Amino acid sequence: MNILVFVKRVPDTESRIRVQHETKTIAEDGLNFVVSPYDEYAVEEALRLREAKGGTVRVVSVGRDEAGAVLRKCLAMGADEAFLVKDASPETYDGLRTARIIARTVERKFPGADLLLFGKQSVGADNSQVPAMVAELLGLGQATVVTKFEVEGASATAYREIEGGTEKVVLPLPAVVTAQKGLNEPRYETLKGIMAAKKKDVPVITLEELGLGPDDLASRVEITGLDVPPQRQAGKILQGDPAETSRELVRLLRGEAKVI
Amino acid sequence: MIAVFMEARDGKIKKSSLEALSEAKRRAEEMGAETAAVLVGASVAGLAPAAFALGAAKVYALESQALADYSSQAYALALAGFVGDVKPGALFFAATAMGKDLAPRVAARLGVALASDCTKVAVRNGELEFTRPIYAGKAFLSFTLKSTPKLATLRPNIFPLGEAAPAAGEVVRKDVPLPSGAVKGRVAEVIKEESGEIDVTEADVVVSGGRGLKGPEAFALLRDLAAVFPRAAVGASRSAVDSGWIGHQHQVGQTGKTVSPNLYLAVGISGAIQHLAGMSSSKVIVAVNKDVEAPIFKAADYGIVGDLFEVVPRLKDELKKALAE
Repeated sequence: MNILVFVKRVPDTESRIRVQHETKTIAEDGLNFVVSPYDEYAVEEALRLREAKGGTVRVVSVGRDEAGAVLRKCLAMGADEAFLVKDASPETYDGLRTARIIARTVERKFPGADLLLFGKQSVGADNSQVPAMVAELLGLGQATVVTKFEVEGASATAYREIEGGTEKVVLPLPAVVTAQKGLNEPRYETLKGIMAAKKKDVPVITLEELGLGPDDLASRVEITGLDVPPQRQAGKILQGDPAETSRELVRLLRGEAKVI
Repeated sequence: MIAVFMEARDGKIKKSSLEALSEAKRRAEEMGAETAAVLVGASVAGLAPAAFALGAAKVYALESQALADYSSQAYALALAGFVGDVKPGALFFAATAMGKDLAPRVAARLGVALASDCTKVAVRNGELEFTRPIYAGKAFLSFTLKSTPKLATLRPNIFPLGEAAPAAGEVVRKDVPLPSGAVKGRVAEVIKEESGEIDVTEADVVVSGGRGLKGPEAFALLRDLAAVFPRAAVGASRSAVDSGWIGHQHQVGQTGKTVSPNLYLAVGISGAIQHLAGMSSSKVIVAVNKDVEAPIFKAADYGIVGDLFEVVPRLKDELKKALAE
């Protein structure tokens, strides 16, 4: 199987996010960047499929040079090759723009791919848009938010999480699949893997060579504001006998907060 | 016109779709526009009254035998066809499992941008402005869309339901031609969770447990507490999920689900920033923790400092009494 995995570089989930109001951007200094956690499940799934069925795992990231570090992490996990689609643009929050870049990358550079794996969303922009958009642009079937995935010949079965249950989707390959927590347990890089990853080239693909014009790359999202959530007022803290604090809490929830 | 896709499961329109329709109605009135509901399926026109009751002027029923079961590709084709025909100014979805799966495909098919998982919609200078959490709620982004129609998914449990009043309106049936071979993939089966529990994203009350529970057994206490409420679900912190005490579909936080219930009860959860991100849009937050210094108390509206094993059963009894009154 020829598997493509798309990964994004994001601040880790322990990060405290600070806003730069003048530029309406997130302050990046002091943040620790990682492979978006859901993308790690996608990489792991690709590696397991390769181990079971043979083939190659290629990892692709769209972003600035700094994304090279997360690509190396994927190589260290065991991916065969990694590619950086160089896009110097700051975060636009326009999923269609990214989806166009990815769809064109697949068409021009990796037309023989059997499976396109993504994380269910990037941790950060939290858009959950790009994979399904790529599927539509390429005319492929999709299964998003997948917790179990099986491949049998040219067909795949994916179990996707829905409210109060699971949807079993059967789809022909090639297809777009997005990983949810629970799909697998991502492996750690080995020292050998890290050393091998250091020696590998990470080829750069430019937007020009993909033939993308200004119209494809224009963001259709006009940012009007970026803010941190308002601080909650200090709450009421009850201490003492559990029976009394419980009674008092219920009284407050009814009389003051009016939620019960 | 603001059109709203109505998600139907088990022959009923989902509450989150009705919330989206209610919000569409409020914003459309502000703009002097109409509201319409869009139903997709094999035979769905019969669901129209629920949409008329919330103020839809028209209900479009996009029908075909091929649409009996949900398919992102087929539904996207149907909705893109509807947009081409009717040319609404905006098309809203609920940000449910289906809405998040479907809306991006419709957007890509139409070549327009999409506002995902919005928690606020406003009208500014006659234009829709969307606000949505990013970094799981550590920041909020506001923006307008430069493409038309304006596509958006609206987060469940955020937008209030409108007052329902019996009303009549026009049902417009449209046949949807689906070229053979256009649809790849199908839903073979929907497997319901045996417990019949509702999802944390849809619950009015979420009772979550963390490391303080010390093991999977204590989640039974939380289930008992949740059972006191009519629409409650049990949630969990990442450490409880990673310890294998409860399934990941219960996880609330930045690598889990983002929830906005009326009441969020955090039991034995210290309040790591990635957890707070997933629940801070709850209307009222209550924390039970034995450590008075736990960061969760800074996020909570009310807190009880105490041993959860003593507090939770008593709290359950008190709540039961109060709710019976």
